[in-house]
Amino acid sequence: MSYSDKVIDHYNNPRNVGSMDKKDSDVGTGLVGAPECGDVMKLQIKVNPQTNVIEDAKFKTFGCGSAIASSSLATEWVKGKTIDEALAIKNTEIVKELALPPVKIHCSVLAEDAIRAAIGDWRKKQESVKPETVQAAQ
Amino acid sequence: MSTNGKKTDQDYSQRNVPAGIKLPIYMDNHATTPMDPRVLEEMLPFFMENFGNPASRNHPFGWAAEEAVELSRERVAKLIGATPKEIIFTSGATESDNLAIKGVAEMYREKGNHIITAVTEHKAVLDTCKHLEKLGFRVTYLPVQKDGLVDLDDLKRAMDDKTILVTIMAANNEIGVLQPISEIGKLCRERGVLFHTDAVQAIGKVPIDVNKMNIDLASITAHKLYGPKGAGALYVRRKNPRVQVVPLIDGGGHERGMRSGTLNVPGIVGLGKACAIAHQEMEQESRKMAGMRDRLKQSIMSRLDEVYVNGSEEHRLPGNLNISFAYVEGESLLMGINDIAVSSGSACTSATLEPSYVLKALGTGDDLAHSSIRFGIGRFNTDAEVDYIGDRLVETVLRLRELSPLYEMAKEGVDLKSVKWAAEAH
Repeated sequence: MSYSDKVIDHYNNPRNVGSMDKKDSDVGTGLVGAPECGDVMKLQIKVNPQTNVIEDAKFKTFGCGSAIASSSLATEWVKGKTIDEALAIKNTEIVKELALPPVKIHCSVLAEDAIRAAIGDWRKKQESVKPETVQAAQ
Repeated sequence: MSTNGKKTDQDYSQRNVPAGIKLPIYMDNHATTPMDPRVLEEMLPFFMENFGNPASRNHPFGWAAEEAVELSRERVAKLIGATPKEIIFTSGATESDNLAIKGVAEMYREKGNHIITAVTEHKAVLDTCKHLEKLGFRVTYLPVQKDGLVDLDDLKRAMDDKTILVTIMAANNEIGVLQPISEIGKLCRERGVLFHTDAVQAIGKVPIDVNKMNIDLASITAHKLYGPKGAGALYVRRKNPRVQVVPLIDGGGHERGMRSGTLNVPGIVGLGKACAIAHQEMEQESRKMAGMRDRLKQSIMSRLDEVYVNGSEEHRLPGNLNISFAYVEGESLLMGINDIAVSSGSACTSATLEPSYVLKALGTGDDLAHSSIRFGIGRFNTDAEVDYIGDRLVETVLRLRELSPLYEMAKEGVDLKSVKWAAEAH
């Protein structure tokens, strides 16, 4: 198995590793994958409630080098984006950026899932904080 | 592993490498072994000067080749307590396994159609058995216990009056556990059932004696024994009982009709020399390898928590260590120690994207199977390499655990088994 330079770079120097307070109402946490499948990603976002802009992102990943790189890249990409812009990130863009081979596409899918799960968690928190802005369940 | 040689070379040079260590380090000796220079030296004349065909009976070229082949036959036989006439040369262990199992099945079909094997066998045995199932044979795949060993009571229960063959490996290629070959052989002999063992990983590493162990057929290969690839042998018992196999390959009647085809003389010479060296040095070498294995284990276990040895530690090849590092995925671990050649039971490193079926058979959870690394220590490894590997491994596992959400959750006291995982991948 050979890895692209970008995968190796993210593996050796992962960006935005860490954790934020799950209970913070501005923080959304996505936990996707399963240990039995060999991949678990935790991706967290901190959102400015006034602007809906993702001001910080953190991740931790159990998985192969491509899974680590996909989630590291995802945190880089969501930072500074609005919620809607972040939701527009497609796994195919991650595949392209990291030059993932076909057997590693599921890593990019998982990263996209992690972004969506984090945003979903954040939205749920906003609903409970401000019940008048309830949005349709996704 | 990275195929990008140039890049990895640069990586190595940046690292602080202790004196006397050359990177990358090879510690995957269950996959294949490097050639012993003494083996190569003995083979070389049989490419150019002594190129003859041992089947040529009428000139000195043929005689020289034949003499070399017969010396090899004696050397192979001596290592396992057999007689030279009981050694059939093949292209390697996969062919030997096929010849033993298919050859016995076809020869003894009138006697019965039942074969017993175990779920942790090599694919060369399992897939051969599956093939026979399609042809109407019945195959029992014995489970293994938590330590990887077959339960003899299971074997007894599985045997019936249609059982013609039991095929159980001597040492496992992934976890290195040694099956109770003597007991299995005794049981088979009492019941009049033939016993084949894939002894590829065991021969030359631990004592194998076909008579003491009541083995009727045994598969051997040169390249796991510091010999060349493409040369192997099948031991076929000639007395008490006389075992016959139907050949897979028909032709000129070489190898007493059991394996036609012009003999691979240089390869056979290499196999013979490899066996001769093993016969001489096995005892001392095994002690040395077990010492290095224990040193590596100690180096890892004394510095990391939640690491688990897979398979019996008592009944084990001296050079094998198979460890799961909880909360760290195997392929990412291999990527972190890319200056060390080892292998993993992780799905990501297998062609089928399934975690190791051997580890699963032990009842190791899929999560720990994904986290496993196999170390295969060999003749040319050194204590200095073992120490370097231990350090690199500990440093990489610690780094990846800092990156692991599972490690974080476990440290927070979350029971990972109770988490409802939103698994969409795969």
